Amino acid sequence: MIAPTTEALLDREASERMYELMLTTKLADDQAREETKAGRLQAAFYPVRGLEAVCAALGEVLRPDDQLVSTYRNLGDALAKGVSLRAIMAELYGRIDGVSKGKGGAMHLHDTAVGFMTTTGIVGSGLPIALGLGLGAQLDGSDRAVVVTFGDGATSIGAAHEALNLAVLWRLPILFLCQNNQWGEHTPIAEYAGSTDLRARVEAYGMPAHRVDGFDLFATLRCLRDAVASLRAGRGPVFVEAMTYRLTGHTGTADFSYVPADELAAAMARDPAPVFRSWLVESGTLTQGEADEVEHRAEQAVADAFAFAQASPLPGPAELWTDVFATDVVTWEER
Amino acid sequence: MLAEPKTEEMTSAVAMNSALDCAMAADPKVILLGEDIADPIGGVFKVSKGLSTKYGAHRVRATPISEQAIVGTAIGLSLAGYRPVAEIMFFDFITVAMDQIVNHATKLRYMSGGATPAPITVRTTVGGSRFGAQHAQSLEAWFMHTPGIKVVMPSNPVDAKGLLTSCIFDDDPCLFIEHLNLAYSSKAEVPVDDLRMPLGKANVLTAGGDVTLITYGATVPLVRAAAETLAGQGISAEIIDLRTLMPLDLDTVFESVSKTRRAVVVHEATQFMGPGAEIGAQIHEQLFGELLGPVLRVGARFTPVPFSPGLSNAPSTERILTAVHSLLDQP
Ligand SMILES: Cc1ncc(C[n+]2csc(CCOP(=O)(O)OP(=O)(O)O)c2C)c(N)n1
Repeated sequence: MIAPTTEALLDREASERMYELMLTTKLADDQAREETKAGRLQAAFYPVRGLEAVCAALGEVLRPDDQLVSTYRNLGDALAKGVSLRAIMAELYGRIDGVSKGKGGAMHLHDTAVGFMTTTGIVGSGLPIALGLGLGAQLDGSDRAVVVTFGDGATSIGAAHEALNLAVLWRLPILFLCQNNQWGEHTPIAEYAGSTDLRARVEAYGMPAHRVDGFDLFATLRCLRDAVASLRAGRGPVFVEAMTYRLTGHTGTADFSYVPADELAAAMARDPAPVFRSWLVESGTLTQGEADEVEHRAEQAVADAFAFAQASPLPGPAELWTDVFATDVVTWEER
Repeated sequence: MLAEPKTEEMTSAVAMNSALDCAMAADPKVILLGEDIADPIGGVFKVSKGLSTKYGAHRVRATPISEQAIVGTAIGLSLAGYRPVAEIMFFDFITVAMDQIVNHATKLRYMSGGATPAPITVRTTVGGSRFGAQHAQSLEAWFMHTPGIKVVMPSNPVDAKGLLTSCIFDDDPCLFIEHLNLAYSSKAEVPVDDLRMPLGKANVLTAGGDVTLITYGATVPLVRAAAETLAGQGISAEIIDLRTLMPLDLDTVFESVSKTRRAVVVHEATQFMGPGAEIGAQIHEQLFGELLGPVLRVGARFTPVPFSPGLSNAPSTERILTAVHSLLDQP
């Protein structure tokens, strides 16, 4: 077993909290993929398996008033920020109790009450939007942090580079968190990037940039905590490249055979939630029984959320026309 | 007794500056973003002249040449409770920021079930082929074709001020298109204080009984000139300046066309697949039995905007007159 950095950064409650979040994320992800494979869930679901530790660490360092912009691969980010699992699942199924009344779908989650501002299905386009949230925080004189998460592939998009440059120029309080899972759909990073050292690329913009082992919960936690403290202190944006691996296919149903078996096996051996459980028990932080209890709670929460989602009604036909504009606009199509 | 509002003679460019000034004074949440918009230059078209000096560089923010970042920043600011106004120097450059506008700003309200609207204003300029085909095209149909964004194009200084102010305080994303031929030429008496006009209300410029000429923006003066010629020939034209393309004030259009029973739509955007196609189709669908002839269109030819003064793809007064006469000659 490869243990996380054994550092006493955490009290028992925080450890338990993070383990529960990682496990809930993993179980909900597993279940969503099963549902898509069975054809019961007709949605493009983008699994987050492999990102659990990064998401748990992020959730631990952020305050409710901090703001996050995420992507289509958003389940872990959303749970970390405190979005209701029931509402997320209902959205996946296109139900009225979803975060967007079913009109957004899996790729478009949000809950501004907990600072989960928006998510995008367009690779790399969250970074410019984060600029505005960061500028808002700066203009408000608030010390709230803004985080934008994105994959490694997003660093090939022009919008990302515009955003990194402008964030440095204006010293905006933004954490650019690259969840580097080594793959952009079917393409490994070395086949799409001239330099795979994303951290070094970003450093060239004049922004502090760090690379951290995203399977190592404590290392990631320490890195993100420092980054966010730096933002809050007004020292401008920070880039963090969290190195993980995609433990599933690109989507819930995608072919996965192209991933080299040895790479995947090595990554699977570091699967964040089970590894953390072993550490919790071995280090004496939790007893076996206590760890089982956390597991039981996570299982219950996931079962409850899926049942809730499946029982929620579909939106009525009138919902088609609402929320297009602030007040209804007649186009004569409807008359 | 109500006092007359204080007015001053202004070009459209000055009127828009006045709109921004009044909006910034009224609401500290109004933030301007764009390339070169801060003083001393105050924007390459001078529309934001003086504002960074008056309100500070934290509210009038000169940006790098980063159209995606400009619009993205505006969207993020709107999510944070601000009312940003982003300037895209030329309409053509909006293609660079298309993702942020049509995939994000226009859809955030819908995709979030109403929770995260992005009430931004994007100002841009159009017209004049002094710079060639990459600085001149009229792309309003692209945005009218996209649910979730309002599209506004004023034809005179008063409308420019009133409509721009309304865009800034509107709860939807708005695209505000300024025609360079109109920005500096004609002047009008414009109220100096806060002025707002409803979006989605067309303006009947002249009343007439024989034909309805439906237009907006830079072709308004052309249509006026055509109408004067027609008047000399004993033909009375009713001119509608749409002012807002989305929402499109079809009520006013239908009311006029059911009276005149003839209609010509005139615009500077390419005629083929242009705004006139939808307006014409709507009139046909609603008023088919009442029409004395088909709805005709006069728009730009289906070419890039040519540079040489010897070439023009734009509608002309002659083409408008030809269209009207062919309608009146219908058996
Ligand atoms: C602009 C754009 N191009 C292409 C796609 C299709 N697409 C969706 S996810 C993806 C891979 C992105 O890879 P990466 O940024 O590394 O994120 P990951 O999916 O690995 O988390 C692609 C190409 C898209 N959604 N947006």
